[in-house]
Amino acid sequence: MLKIDNLHAKVDDKDILKGLNLTVAAGEVHAIMGPNGSGKSTLGHVLAGRPGYTVTAGSARLLGQDLLELDTEHRAHLGLFLAYQYPVEIPGVSNMEFLKASVDAVREHRGDPALDSMSFMKKAREACKAVDLDLAFLKRGVNEGFSGGEKKRNELMQMMLLEPKLCIMDETDSGLDIDALQVVASGINAMRSPDRSIILVTHYQRLLTFIEPDHVHVLSGGRIVKSGDKSLALELEERGYAWLEDVA
Amino acid sequence: MSQEHIEHAIRKEYAAGFTTDIESDTLPPGLNSDTIRFISAHKNEPEWLLEWRLEAYRHWLEMAEPEWAHVQYPPVKFDEISYFSSPKAMKDRPQSLDEVDPALIETYNKLGIPLHEQAVLAGVAMDVVFDSVSVTTTFREKLFEAGVIFCSISEAVHDYPELIKKYLGTVVPRKDNFYAALNSAVFSDGSFVYIPKGVRCPMELSTYFRINEANTGQFERTLIVADEGSHVSYLEGCTAPMRDENQLHAAVVELVALDGAEIKYSTVQNWYPGDAEGKGGIYNFVTKRGVAHRDSKISWTQVETGSAITWKYPSCILRGDNSVGEFYSVALTNNAQQADTGTKMIHLGKNTRSTIISKGISAGHSSNAYRGLVRMSPRAEGARNYTQCDSLLIGDRCAAHTFPYIESRNPSAVIEHEATTSKVSDDQLYLCQQRGLNAEKAVSMIVNGFCKEVFRELPMEFAMEAGKLLEVSLEGSVG
Repeated sequence: MLKIDNLHAKVDDKDILKGLNLTVAAGEVHAIMGPNGSGKSTLGHVLAGRPGYTVTAGSARLLGQDLLELDTEHRAHLGLFLAYQYPVEIPGVSNMEFLKASVDAVREHRGDPALDSMSFMKKAREACKAVDLDLAFLKRGVNEGFSGGEKKRNELMQMMLLEPKLCIMDETDSGLDIDALQVVASGINAMRSPDRSIILVTHYQRLLTFIEPDHVHVLSGGRIVKSGDKSLALELEERGYAWLEDVA
Repeated sequence: MSQEHIEHAIRKEYAAGFTTDIESDTLPPGLNSDTIRFISAHKNEPEWLLEWRLEAYRHWLEMAEPEWAHVQYPPVKFDEISYFSSPKAMKDRPQSLDEVDPALIETYNKLGIPLHEQAVLAGVAMDVVFDSVSVTTTFREKLFEAGVIFCSISEAVHDYPELIKKYLGTVVPRKDNFYAALNSAVFSDGSFVYIPKGVRCPMELSTYFRINEANTGQFERTLIVADEGSHVSYLEGCTAPMRDENQLHAAVVELVALDGAEIKYSTVQNWYPGDAEGKGGIYNFVTKRGVAHRDSKISWTQVETGSAITWKYPSCILRGDNSVGEFYSVALTNNAQQADTGTKMIHLGKNTRSTIISKGISAGHSSNAYRGLVRMSPRAEGARNYTQCDSLLIGDRCAAHTFPYIESRNPSAVIEHEATTSKVSDDQLYLCQQRGLNAEKAVSMIVNGFCKEVFRELPMEFAMEAGKLLEVSLEGSVG
């Protein structure tokens, strides 16, 4: 699914990623953990193609395609979805209008027929229900006046509608209370499928008690310094990151 | 051409009389009282109207061009303008759509303009405008049954002289300003609407207009009178780009809403804006004003995307007690366009209310200014105004300005003013693109969201078109 090789990237002339390697197979869930400033969020943005994030060396391939030579929107068409840590507001543009446009764009690229309004609405309603968002949110401006938790659930709702191949969840668990966390986790679990991969970027082991990852990686100093199974997350919870930085 | 030559030329036309085929009448450039006599005589106007025009001309000679607007352009050479030109002869016009600039056709298609309307708008020669003729006739019959008068102002001068005499120039006096005076002297044509007492106009006066409006000339004059308790919605303009060889457009629109009447006036202005450097393009200097009598309501909605320079302040004089004025505006400037637009709400009566919602969008290296006056007179007990004035910037080379003027002479009046300036942020674009939208689609969606409150006020079919229009107008504004 995803193959990252010796990836180097910088933001504002500051080197953040310094030789990152990661391979994610189809159907797998990977958790990426690590201390603040280690480059976790940067990885998501570099893969998604955020302006200002420059790749200086290495490669990243999604489904065999060179991701780095594609525009942001083409990466999305290919099936990459980044759930933002802090999604921005777009006042006046209704969530529904936004979703319809984005679903249309992605389906068009995939060669799927455009959804008529009825089937789209049906899917949108189902997705709202799955993340426990009131249907009224479809009519509100994109993220406009949403609480932190509502924004996160809104991102997840979009992810469900777009049916991406690779989901990158950037600290989707941060700022959620325990109930919301469970809703989000069951939403993500429902998305697990043999032809979809999920990368969970998180600080805390908490999320991983609800979503069992296949692999856990520790990102530190712009590289993956340790990989393991889910027990690694528990170990990190106990010991912190400091011991790994020495290894790095 | 010397003055003498011009006068000679005019006299020659005179000598030829007015029996010549209308298609060949065009005045040489220049303006003097003979020009006005020619126009008036050509339209076979009564003596009083000629005098009215000449009086306006004399005032105009003494007036100076306004320079307070936040726009810059080389001086207009008024003696190089031809003040009367008939529509092009059929044989000089394109014979079919195949002969029309493909770029223009492409824009029409993007806006979803039906083919037969495209032909009319592009000025294709047609003796009979197929579909629209029967449509027009049906409309006329329907309006006639309701007692509504809707005709050109030239016809109205002959057919309804009492109404014209009673109302022409009562809202925008001839001396009102430089361009209003010029218009009063040389106005070419325009529309006249009269809605009788208690009548609700049976249709939007728009579809009809859209088909027939092309070629109304550069000095348009419109007068709408809504008698007591009547109601009318009028839509001027068209989302399709209007090309015109005349650079200067100075129109006057007067609205009279008598007791309990309601006038809704919507405009979509898409005159040629000039090229990316600002060469060519229309100067649109318009005076629009309405007088609202007791318990009446005047509502202006405008979507301004065209013209190189826009200078326009649709206003309401809230004369009668409890009258209501509204102004909803979207003004978009791209490339080198300049707009200085807004409104005036003059509260004279008690408990008068006004609402101003202005949305300015600047892209390219354009400049967009909102200029608005809210005035509460000493007798405007309990009057209220609410103003919301938002600017949206796209890119970092454009400018947005806000010039609100607030004058309150009544302590019981309430005035609220809110203003915001925002940018289409990189983060918003990034979010849209991450969800698979391309940058242009993303910007147009963000801009449409920004304008939603105003689009809601437009007649429905035009609200859709206005959205598309913004999209077309913003093409190339994101890198």
